[in-house]
Parts: sequence; structure tokens; C-alpha cells
Amino acid sequence: MSAETQAAEEAKVPLWNDPKVRALVSQAILVILVVWFGYEIVNNTLVNLEKRKIASGFGFLNTTASFGIIQSLIPYSEASSYGRVFVVGLLNTILVGVIGIILATILGFVVGIMRLSKNWVVAKIATVYVETLRNLPLLLQIFFWYFGVLSALPSARNSLSLFNDSVFLNSRGLYLPKPIFESGSSLIFIGLLIGLVAAPMVARWARKRQEATGEQFPIFWSSVGLIIGLPILGYLLSGLPVSVEFSTKGTFNLSGGLQVIPEFVALVLALSFYTASFIAEIVRAGILAVSHGQTEASHALGLRNGPTLRLVVIPQALRVIIPPLTSQYLNLTKNSSLAVAIAYPDLVSVFAGTVLNQTGQAVEILLMTMGVYLTLSLLTSLFMNWYNAKMALTER
Amino acid sequence: MAGEPKIEAYVRTEMAPTMAPPPSTVGIMGWVRANLFSDWFNTILTLLGLYVTYLLISTIVDWAFLRAVWTGENNKACLAQEVGFEVGACWAFVKAKFPQFVYGRYPLEERWRVDLTFLVGAVGLAWVLLENVPWRKWVGIFMLAGYPILAFILLSGGNLDISGGTWLFWIIVAALVFGAVALWGMRAKNAGEDFDLGTAMIVPAGIFGYLFIVLLLLSFNFGLSHVETPLWGGLLVTLVVAITGIVASLPIGILLALGRRSSMPVVRMASVIFIEFWRGVPLITVLFMSSVMLPLFLPEGVNFDKLLRCLIGVALFSAAYMAEVVRGGLQAIPKGQYEGAMALGLPYWKMMNLIVLPQALKLVIPGIVNTFIGLFKDTTLVLIIGLFDLLGIIQLNVTADAKWFAPSVHITAYVFAGLVFWIFCFGMSRYSIYMENKLHTGHKR
Repeated sequence: MSAETQAAEEAKVPLWNDPKVRALVSQAILVILVVWFGYEIVNNTLVNLEKRKIASGFGFLNTTASFGIIQSLIPYSEASSYGRVFVVGLLNTILVGVIGIILATILGFVVGIMRLSKNWVVAKIATVYVETLRNLPLLLQIFFWYFGVLSALPSARNSLSLFNDSVFLNSRGLYLPKPIFESGSSLIFIGLLIGLVAAPMVARWARKRQEATGEQFPIFWSSVGLIIGLPILGYLLSGLPVSVEFSTKGTFNLSGGLQVIPEFVALVLALSFYTASFIAEIVRAGILAVSHGQTEASHALGLRNGPTLRLVVIPQALRVIIPPLTSQYLNLTKNSSLAVAIAYPDLVSVFAGTVLNQTGQAVEILLMTMGVYLTLSLLTSLFMNWYNAKMALTER
Repeated sequence: MAGEPKIEAYVRTEMAPTMAPPPSTVGIMGWVRANLFSDWFNTILTLLGLYVTYLLISTIVDWAFLRAVWTGENNKACLAQEVGFEVGACWAFVKAKFPQFVYGRYPLEERWRVDLTFLVGAVGLAWVLLENVPWRKWVGIFMLAGYPILAFILLSGGNLDISGGTWLFWIIVAALVFGAVALWGMRAKNAGEDFDLGTAMIVPAGIFGYLFIVLLLLSFNFGLSHVETPLWGGLLVTLVVAITGIVASLPIGILLALGRRSSMPVVRMASVIFIEFWRGVPLITVLFMSSVMLPLFLPEGVNFDKLLRCLIGVALFSAAYMAEVVRGGLQAIPKGQYEGAMALGLPYWKMMNLIVLPQALKLVIPGIVNTFIGLFKDTTLVLIIGLFDLLGIIQLNVTADAKWFAPSVHITAYVFAGLVFWIFCFGMSRYSIYMENKLHTGHKR
């Protein structure tokens, strides 16, 4: 009886009012639209390419590039292929990204902590920094550094010299002393590697011992000793194989040493100053998110200021800070593509710029370029999900 | 208690008079001591900070006012060897180029049209943003529905050549829709359901009425000469790109956010892929795509204007960011709100429009405005694909105009551009803080 009534009730609902049917129909329409849209695009592209006589495919990557690149981390010459241009550009992007991230993090943390300072003057200076830099377009800042500041520097003949003639600065870039590794210096890197592996192991052993016996072990200093001490030991044992080459001033130009091109300097400065203003706000919010009660409770347990900060406040603040910080790192890496505006040879500039203009393979090149950035951002979000799962509060 | 002897002599009957706090802890002196010179480290920081501030302010004043050049016809006014002192800011350059910075290469005699567009936009925006003004709602509707059309006609000249085919197509679509609604009404009447044909017709009538009025206005000849978009430039392009992006990204972003939270797997997947794709790539590659790849995607003969292609790219890019912001708000709404709305029998769109979205959007106003600010700053990137926005036209003038070639011109121009951008962005962030406080009605302590 009741089953029959139910069936009758269900039958009364007209087809167009059934949520399941509605969902199916709207999804089917969406699929049809997307497929139609995709088909149109592919079809049009093929027709257009054929009309413009552009061969599709990735064969062009083996063709000789025949243009020079002013900065390359791997051997590159005009005889190299377009595929090698891609790698050179990618490495340059990564270089800017890594150095920018390190500088932005340091500056961002300093400014963020300054904003929380009890000292009124210091806090206000940090506020002015954040509010100014955050509200100016990044491209404007890059132009400012590149065209406004760096090109106004003196020419190579009257280079500014810093630190007792070891660092030079002129309109052609920054000249740093260059370390030269002679034979036998592999011992240093082996030492560094052993130090990097051993330090976490010592830390784990120390934590286990502390949990078992309560005895403490100077983890920090032992790690510093391992990571810095072992390479120095290797350096001494292998007979001091590292020498430093300084730039020397010639009549017209500087020779020797490590030349950092002005495009790189401008880009790194602008990226790290800009991103630091965002990181500062993230750090400030993270520290403010740890309620004052935590500090008080920690003091009540008898922990002093240092351990309170290290054991109670920072771990909780990091939980708030790390996810947005990671996305700022990603933003910095993506923003490094603005390099194209000042012709720093990053991925977008040399590959999606010069190579695209030379070959006309717009579809393949842009797909590859976007693929690189997409991969980076997917890796970042994977890391973030992993980190969130690891750090999330375990409740009930 | 009762048996204890009273020791009245030692009990005070009135409070001891409160002593004034030590003069060193109150007033300005106290504040200075507590905040600036509480210990030696703090003192060093304060002195260092004051020194840095002094250096900054004195440099800025010296550069922008004391050593500045205010008038001049060409670079002679700003060259150190001509005027005899190290020139700071070359404001004469900004003064001479100011019309270009605002209008780009927009024809001189037509610039009143840009002014009128700016004026209507500014007044309308102020009207909507301020409170306690009459007809605020109607002005808002005009700004959303009428202003874009007005701006388009004023700026480009209107008088579009809309083909008979387009008219016919839309008339057929309208007829089909009205026919479908009428059929539906007849069926409902036969089935004895409560159905009012008039109410059902309101929405399609409004949509098609608006569409036909727009088509009519766009094709009408107002006697304005046609100004091609390559002539647009400066602040005009910056504002056009930013405002179009802002207006388009919010609704698309909301739709995408709802799609990402939808229970329908296909819709959800499509939204996730769309959002993650646009968020994963830099805006530059999007702009490159819109300038080199989009023409390949289109069928033969169809060609978009460069500015329009760039607008599409910017709008989709910022819509993806907006979607994530809105999703944050949707996730913050407790499940009970959704369940309550469903229990009241509200269908999906009414539930979202009346219950969920008003609360969710209110929560994420700071995020939305941050996205707007980001979008506004990102408009500068269009110069890379050859459109001349404010920064683009400034860059063009400092690098390509030999008449104004002087070392001080570069920095002056950038500082001017920075000032303009800063005023817009800072203004937006202040308004967001104000709105946040005003709408923060729920949990005020």
C-alpha cells in the first residue's frame, strides 16, 4: 500500500521538475557546448594554419636558433637549437625565482615583524613601505629600477666601487668576486652533502633521546657545525683549492669576476621588494593569529621569551603563514615573466618572444610556456595540500 | 564574627586620595617613553628610524620641490648643463605631456567625448558609493546597464554596421523564446495549474527589450566620428581595461565559484579545470595568447579588435581569481544556511541569490577588492602586447621622444605614473576597509 502511494507520488512529479533529470540535462548541454567549442577552435586553427602555411608539430625545436642570449647558465651559442633556448630560458626563470624568493622572504619577514614592533617610528616606517610598494604596479617598479635607477648609474669607466674594490657597480651591471673551484674541491661539496644528510639525522636522534631520557642536546649548534664545519674541513683537507677572482678595472670596461647583468638586478630588486610587501602582511597576520593567551599560558608554564617564541608562537603562526606564503612564491615566479618588458632572457622573453617571432609556431610555443607555469603551480598546490594535511589541527 | 572586638581606630572611613601618576608615564612624555625610548635597543631603533625618515623626506622634498623644474618647452629646461644645477624632478615634462597621458592619441577635437565619459562615470560611481543619496538604486542600474553602452558609443563613435542577419537571428530567437513560454502557459492552464502568463513573460521581455534597445542604439548614427581603438591611450585605456575587467570578472567569477561547489560532476570538473588553468599561468602568456593565438582560433573573416581581445583575456583571467575568492566565502557559510533555505522550499538559484550569496559576498569583500586592485595594477601589462595604457604611453614618451631627452625625465615620469596608480589602488583599499566595517554587522563586539 505505502509503496504504491510512494510510487504514485513519484510519478506525479513531472519530468522537468525532477532534480536528477534536470542535472543530467544541464550537464549534457554543458558537455555538448564544450565539445562544440573545442571542435570549432581546433578546426579553425587547423584551417588558419594551413592557410598561413605554418607546419604544426614540435620539429622546430631541433632547428638552429641563430640568435644570442646575454645570460645563460648552460653552454649556449648561436648554433644551438630552439630546444636549448627553451632550457636556457627556463633556467633563467628559475634563477630569478629562487633568488627573488630568498630576498623577498628575508625582507618580508623583517618588515612584517617591524610592523608589529612596539616602537612607533619603526612600525610606521614598515606601514609606509607596505602601503607604498603594494599599491604600485610591478611593471612600473621594474621600469623604475631598470630605466630610472640602473641606467642612471655611472659608465664602466667611473664604476662605483664598494667593499674595498671587490664589488663594482655601473650601468652595465653588478660585478662580484667569482669563486674559482680548482681540482680537488669536490671534497667540499661531499662535506656539504654529508652535513645536509647528517644534520636531520642527529636532530631525530636527539629528539628521541630527549623523549626517552629528558636529556637535551644542542641541536641547532650541532646542525650548524655539521653543515658549515664539514665543507670547511673538506676545504682545509684538500689543500685550499678555492681561489677568488676579483674584477679588475680596465680603461674602458671591467674584466674578470662575476658579471650580473643589469636586467637581472632590476628584475630581482623589483620582484623582491614588491613581493616582500605582501609577505610582510602575511607574516603580520600569522603572528597576530596566535592569541595572546598562548603566550601567557606559556609564560605561566615557566617558559622564557625565547622558548615561548620558538616552541609556542612560531609553530602556530607558521600554520597560518605557510599556505599564503607558498602562493606568494608562486606569484613571484609567475611575475618574473614581466622580464620580457626589459628583455631579461627568461622563458617568456626568449622562448615565447624571440623564438615565437622567428618561427611563428604560436600554438606549440605558448602551450609549452603555459605548460611550464601550470606544472609549477600544480606542484605548488600539491605541496600545499600535503603541508595542510600535515599541519592541520587534529581535532576530535 | 560577632564576638570579635572592633578596632575602629585603624580602619579608614574614606579612601586615600589618589595620587597623580608620575609625570613621566602620562601625556606626550609618557607615550614617548613607552613607545620610543623604553630601553637602549628601542632607543637605537627610534634614532635609526628617525634618521631614515629624515633622509627620505629630505631627499623627496629636495628632489620634488627644491631642485624641480616647473616650466619649460623642451629638454633644455631639464638638462643640468643648461640650467646650471643638478635637476631633480622635471615637472615641465609631465605638464607638456599631460594631455597625452590622459587621452593617448585620441583626436584633439573629439576629446570632449572622453571627458564626458569620465565625468558621467565619476559622478555615477560617487553616487553609487556614497550613502543617503536619492535614487541610488536607479543610478546603480544605469551604471551597470546603461553606462557601458553610453561609454562605448561616446568613445568609439557608435554607428555600428549591424547586419540584417544579426537582427533576423535575434528576432527569431526572441520569437522562439516567447513562443515556448506561451506554449508552456497553455499547457499549464490545461493541466489546471496556477500559472500567470504575464509574470512569466516579464523576464524574457526585459532581456530581449534591453537587447533590442542596445542593438538599436549601437547602430544609430549620432553624428559622432569613428575613433579607432589604436588611437586610444593613456589613462583612458587603463580605465577601460580595468573597469571592463572588474565589471565582467565578478559575475563570471561568481558563476565559476558556484560551478566549483556544484553537486553535478561535469559542471564541477569544467569549473575546476577552467579556474586552475587561468590561475596557473602568468597574465603575460594570457595576453600573448589573446594577441597571437586568438586570431587563429576564430573562423576566417571574423576579426576582433586588439583592445577587445585583450579585454577578453583580462576578464577571464581575473574571473578565475575572483572565483577562488568567492568560493572562500561560500565555504565559510555554515551548512545550516543551505539546509534552512532548502527546507523553506527555495529552488537552487533563489537559495543562492537570497540566502547564501549575500552573506558569502559580504564576507569576502576584502578579497574581492584585493582582486580589483590586482587587476588595476595588472592593466599595465597590456603595454607588452603593444597597447598604450598610462604606463605604456609614459614609457613611449620617455624612450622615444628626443625633444624631451634628459636624465631627470625618466624618474619624473615614473614617479608621476606611480602617483596616479597609487591614488587609485590606495583609494580602493580604503573604501574596502570602510565597507567592511559598515557591513560587519553580525559579530561586532
